[in-house]
Amino acid sequence: MAKYAPRLNSLEDLQAIKDAFLAETEKYRHTVIVCGGTGCVSAHCADVLSALKKQYSVRGLRDEVRIVESGCIGLCALGPTVVVEPEGVFYCNMTPERIVQVVDKHLIGGNIILDYTFLDEKTGEHIPYMKDIPFFHDQIKIALRNCGAIDYDSIEEYISRDGYFGFAKAVNELGRTGVYEELKASGLRGRGGAGFPTGVKWESGYNQPGEQKYIVCNADEGDPGAYMDRSILEGDPHSVIEGMLLGGYTIGANKGYVYVRAEYPIAVERLSEAIETARAFGLLGENILGSGFSFDIEIRIGAGAFVCGEETALLNSIEGKRGEPRQKPPFPFQKGLFGCPTIINNVETLANVPVIIVRGAEWFASYGVGRSKGTKVFALAGDIKYSGIVEVPMGIRMGDIVFTIGGGIKDGKPFKAVQTGGPSGGCLTKDHLDVSVDYESLSAMGAIMGSGGMIVMDENTCMVDTARYFMDFVQDESCGHCVPCRVGTKRLLEILQRIVSGRGEVSDLDRLEKMALTIKDTAMCGLGQTAPNPLLTTLKYFRDEYEAHVIHKTCPAHVCKDMITYVIDPEKCRGCTLCARQCPVSAITGSVKEPHVIDSEKCTRCGTCISNCKFGAIMIK
Amino acid sequence: MSECSTSCPAAEDPTLQRVRRIAESYRGKEGSLIQALHAVQSAYGYLPLEVQKIVSETLDIPLPTVSGVVTFYSFFSTEPHGKHNIRICLGTACYVRGGVRVVDRLEEILGCKVGHTTADGMFTFEIARCIGACGLAPAISIDDKVYANVNPDEIPQILASYYKAEEANA
Repeated sequence: MAKYAPRLNSLEDLQAIKDAFLAETEKYRHTVIVCGGTGCVSAHCADVLSALKKQYSVRGLRDEVRIVESGCIGLCALGPTVVVEPEGVFYCNMTPERIVQVVDKHLIGGNIILDYTFLDEKTGEHIPYMKDIPFFHDQIKIALRNCGAIDYDSIEEYISRDGYFGFAKAVNELGRTGVYEELKASGLRGRGGAGFPTGVKWESGYNQPGEQKYIVCNADEGDPGAYMDRSILEGDPHSVIEGMLLGGYTIGANKGYVYVRAEYPIAVERLSEAIETARAFGLLGENILGSGFSFDIEIRIGAGAFVCGEETALLNSIEGKRGEPRQKPPFPFQKGLFGCPTIINNVETLANVPVIIVRGAEWFASYGVGRSKGTKVFALAGDIKYSGIVEVPMGIRMGDIVFTIGGGIKDGKPFKAVQTGGPSGGCLTKDHLDVSVDYESLSAMGAIMGSGGMIVMDENTCMVDTARYFMDFVQDESCGHCVPCRVGTKRLLEILQRIVSGRGEVSDLDRLEKMALTIKDTAMCGLGQTAPNPLLTTLKYFRDEYEAHVIHKTCPAHVCKDMITYVIDPEKCRGCTLCARQCPVSAITGSVKEPHVIDSEKCTRCGTCISNCKFGAIMIK
Repeated sequence: MSECSTSCPAAEDPTLQRVRRIAESYRGKEGSLIQALHAVQSAYGYLPLEVQKIVSETLDIPLPTVSGVVTFYSFFSTEPHGKHNIRICLGTACYVRGGVRVVDRLEEILGCKVGHTTADGMFTFEIARCIGACGLAPAISIDDKVYANVNPDEIPQILASYYKAEEANA
């Protein structure tokens, strides 16, 4: 669409934009959505997009087909992905050659190319329609309602799907108290991990006296294995802007900050452009929609410190200081950014707000269970077949996420564990597959909902090494401000390193547990208090693995390098010499057509020989 | 001061003058030290003490405070970087999918350890905590480009493309 920017002064102006967009798009026979999420970008979706644009010009489809580059559609494992609307046909693993055929056969010929659609490996049949694919079937998209469905760069398309109507409703009907009452009734809780009720938070921001207040969007998504917020910022930046606008209006702040990780350049770029566009439309700035309310947003880019995801550390970082947490109380809503009352919300929480205001609390609360209402977005990754971004209703079975939506474990290996909540979360086992995914049930198991990272692990994952991995992470990211976290995590890491290198003792297990519980009780901020969670849950649910390491000095998953040796099965070895030539440390010797031998002393257990052997002759013992 | 000190703009080389100009554009903006350092680092490449001094003077922030911020955040470097930045993701998904094997292989191929720059100044090689490409694990990024599902055996090919581009430019 043409980039013109009328300043909108009322609800009627907003409605006019919506009507104009819908009328404009009605004339198109097809809309082709090309996923431009990070996953598909790395899978070269740009080549697919340019081939598509070229072919549709050549075939003269400009007036019949609309091409949209969207944010993440979700199924990253099969990228680049393309959706053809209005039929809702989902094409995966697209290439420039394939898209040309889709133009000719589907867009012009009217025939779906079944071979390029999703292949259900269980039945061996292709599933052409997105709604029938198990990955999408059980998802409910609220926070991701526009993500992967609209042009992230088009404010008109966002408005056409009732975007900014939430703000209009707030100023015209609900009023400031009405917004937080609606949110309280909806049961929306913070999606960044802590799960604090958003309506209550905004109410306290409203009640707090102060000339200057701030609303802050925490987009410092640092949990390894999590990229939900990135997908929202890249795919639907206006939903976050509108959420902040509503927050600012409710608490009485005229300035908002978005704190984004420096690791997310595409998100920063798209959000900056969306903010510019919103300003040009008068949806940020003075007297928004004639309400008398003024608000603007500034982006602050982080500089690579995990602890800045903690809200008080984040405030220090926005102020340009070292990202060390502050003592609470006073809480940020009392004394936050630059000493002023500040409300901090996570990206996903803010993206939920506008649609709750438009559709009502009752609609939102109809999803979910107990005190966990609505949906949660998860980043499904690790040893899972269909990795990607999913949004599911709260209360769904853990097993349904892993096996139905995620398609189970890669390469048909047995499931071992699922890790939720990153370095603050825990590992759950196959006995927990029936657990309901909601705030209360997960914390009862020692795991947490967290921000939404969900890493699936197969039998080749060592749980002791996983605990060591997370401890290494938090130890490295500890800001050093308080002793329990600075010194305690270091001691825990040392013990874990000793165990994975085969020098652990049985008494280490009790020592680990005792120290972990002390850190939990005494650390100053959320990072330190939750840092022992991965260790404590693995100790509880995978104790046998720890025992194998300290008593028998073996690693059942064959991961810990000091406890394994590589050997060549002389029966299977054909003496092809490939492994000997590939070995980076020349640890393999043998003559042509004779069985080869690995020198254990020299071997670094890098795995090159195993991945190259064509006869499966190399084993780990 | 009557005599020209090292911080006198006239005695500075053009790049340092540029650093000063960039830093000046942040003067008076509340809490903008980190943003100023980002801008300066992208112009100068890294943040050695002399550059930190300029930022400190220009923004009127004590040098220990500037230095404290520079050393706190992993994005800021006090050492020069290579022409290209390789970041190997060791987020949970990449770790579980064999990211360590990618690290081992890169160390071997580049002949330098994590956190260092190759002798020819081509690559600086670092670990990233998570680049958010978890669906594509194991992933690495070179500058702003993300490489997905990296097999250690493919690394020489990936690196060769950078050397080729270098030759083409020369």
